[in-house]
This record gives sequence, C-alpha cells and structure tokens, in this order.
Amino acid sequence: MRFSIYRFNPETDAKPYMQDYELDLEAEGKMLLDAILLIKEQDETLTVRRSCREGVCGSDGMNINGRNGLACVTPLQDLKQPIELRPLPGLPVIRDLVVDMTQFYKQYRSIKPYVVNNDPEPEIERLQSPEERAELDGLYECILCACCSTSCPSFWWNPDKFVGPAGLLQAYRFIADSRDQASNERLDDLEDPYRLFRCHSIMSCAEVCPKGLSPTRAIGKIKEILVKRTV
Amino acid sequence: MVKRIVTGAHYGLRDWLMQRITAAVMVVYTLLLAVYILFHPVADYAGWKAIFGHEFVRLATLLFLLSLFLHAWVGMRDIFMDYVHSTLVRLALHVAVILALVMYAIWSAQILWSIR
Repeated sequence: MRFSIYRFNPETDAKPYMQDYELDLEAEGKMLLDAILLIKEQDETLTVRRSCREGVCGSDGMNINGRNGLACVTPLQDLKQPIELRPLPGLPVIRDLVVDMTQFYKQYRSIKPYVVNNDPEPEIERLQSPEERAELDGLYECILCACCSTSCPSFWWNPDKFVGPAGLLQAYRFIADSRDQASNERLDDLEDPYRLFRCHSIMSCAEVCPKGLSPTRAIGKIKEILVKRTV
Repeated sequence: MVKRIVTGAHYGLRDWLMQRITAAVMVVYTLLLAVYILFHPVADYAGWKAIFGHEFVRLATLLFLLSLFLHAWVGMRDIFMDYVHSTLVRLALHVAVILALVMYAIWSAQILWSIR
C-alpha cells in the first residue's frame, strides 16, 4: 500500500513536505491507524498522537485523503491510494501529524462546559426523567477530536472569536441539560455575531464527525431557542 | 491599546432572522411574478409598462427590492467579518456597502415610480 504523509519538524525543516511510504499489507479488516503504526516501525521519527485506538479518546484526528477523520476507525480498504495524510487543517502544526489544540480547547472552555446548578447539593444524584435524558443524545457523545471545528471554514478564518462547531455542540449540550440552571446566561454569551453567528450552516462539521453527530443541528437548536426567547 | 481578543457584542439574532425572512419574501415575489408572466406572456415594452403601472405591483416590487438590499447587507457584512480582519478596513467596507445599498433603495423607488 502506498502512503503520502505530511512531514514537518520545526527544529530542522524550513518547510513542510510530503514523504512517501510503502507497506506490504493486507488491507482487509485493518484500520488506518494499524498502518500508521507499522510505518512508524519503519520510520520512528514519524510523529502522531493516538491512545485508545478505538474511536473513544479522539487523539488521532487527521486529514485523510482530504477529509478529517479518526485514523483508528477509518477502514484501510475504503481508502484510495496513495493515502494522503495531513494534520488537521487550520491549527498550528507542532510536528508531522500533531497539531496544537490550544485554540480549540480555549473555545471549548469559553462555553463553561459543566452543569451550573445553584440548588443545595442533593444527597443522591440530580435525577432526570428518561425524556430529559434523551435530550442529551447526539450531544454527550462528542469526544472533542476537533475533526469538525478544523473542517469548518468559519473556524479557520476566526478561530479566536468563533466558538466553532465542537464548542457550540457542547454549549447546546448544557443548554439542553435539565439539571443546568444557566441557560439564559449561556444564550446571552452566545448571542454574538462572532461567537455563534459565524456559522453559515454549510454542514462540513456534520459531514466529517466520526461519531455521526450533527453540530449543525445543535447550532440550529441554539438559534431556535434564541428566536423563542426574543420573538 | 491592549491587543486583546474581545467578543460579546450581543447582537446577530435579528440580522440572522432578517436574512431568512427577506429570503422568504423574495421567493414569494419571484414565484408570483414568474407564474403571472407564465400565464400572461409579455411581448414588448408596453406590456412590461402595463404590469409595472399598477400601484400594487410597484409596492410589491419595492418590498422585494428592500428585502434584497437588507439580505445583501447581512450577507456582505458576513463576508467582511469572515475575511477582512483589519477593523479599520472592515468598518470602511461596511460604511461603503450601507451607503451603496441606501442609494440603490432610493434609486429603485425613483425608477419604479418614473414608469408612466
């Protein structure tokens, strides 16, 4: 199998370049990450993040043949050769396929990703009805791999001001949470031409999400609640 | 001035909603006009003049054009916010677009009511 992988070591390289690799490998039943780890045995300078290798940790997000995805859940046999691997677009490259996620996490933190509840702490859990719990389906599954935000042109142009699809999906996850009491403050914070309204609903985020979630839908819900609150 | 990234202008919903509503207005006008012309084909200048001689058609057309200009304002502002990152240049572009659109609005009213 043929691979073409983005290489960049800021300490030694003036410019990034693409390096070709060949693997003698039966693709069937294997994931892309398996191949990357075999390449790393050939060339241990190749730098990549991975941890759980089963689509739960969200570490190995990368641009695979032009589309963002997790290497560990991308079947090798479906990929056109040479398989072109690049780091997630729009974020600074630390080395090879590893990007600096600071800006991404900053936006995530800015939406206060925790339940705000001012009631006295109950002795048992804060209970939810099955219906209230169902509101969180399609939201809580997000693993913050950044595949969506780094495929979003609005996030490329304004990563410092636009929360981005991942952050907005998480924002709605807490607005939708029956145990949270700060939805009004959350909406106040999001009602902003940059923080929320840079989203033009082009749906690149929903297209690439490895967990099959739709940030576009969540953003639509936020706008819907804002309209309800205003009109 | 401190180089700090600030957000929190707390507007945007009205513009976003306006863009959607004006789009709906334009679709309705375009469909109505298209259907009307389909059933009453216009042959010449006199025919067009007759249609736009009706006060109602003029008002509807003005409503369509105003929707178009408001829609264009939100769209142009979005483009500048996405791509133009110098505040001064962006402000200048916003002002230029607003002035142009206001001028177009006056001009289109003038054109519509100059049809005799």
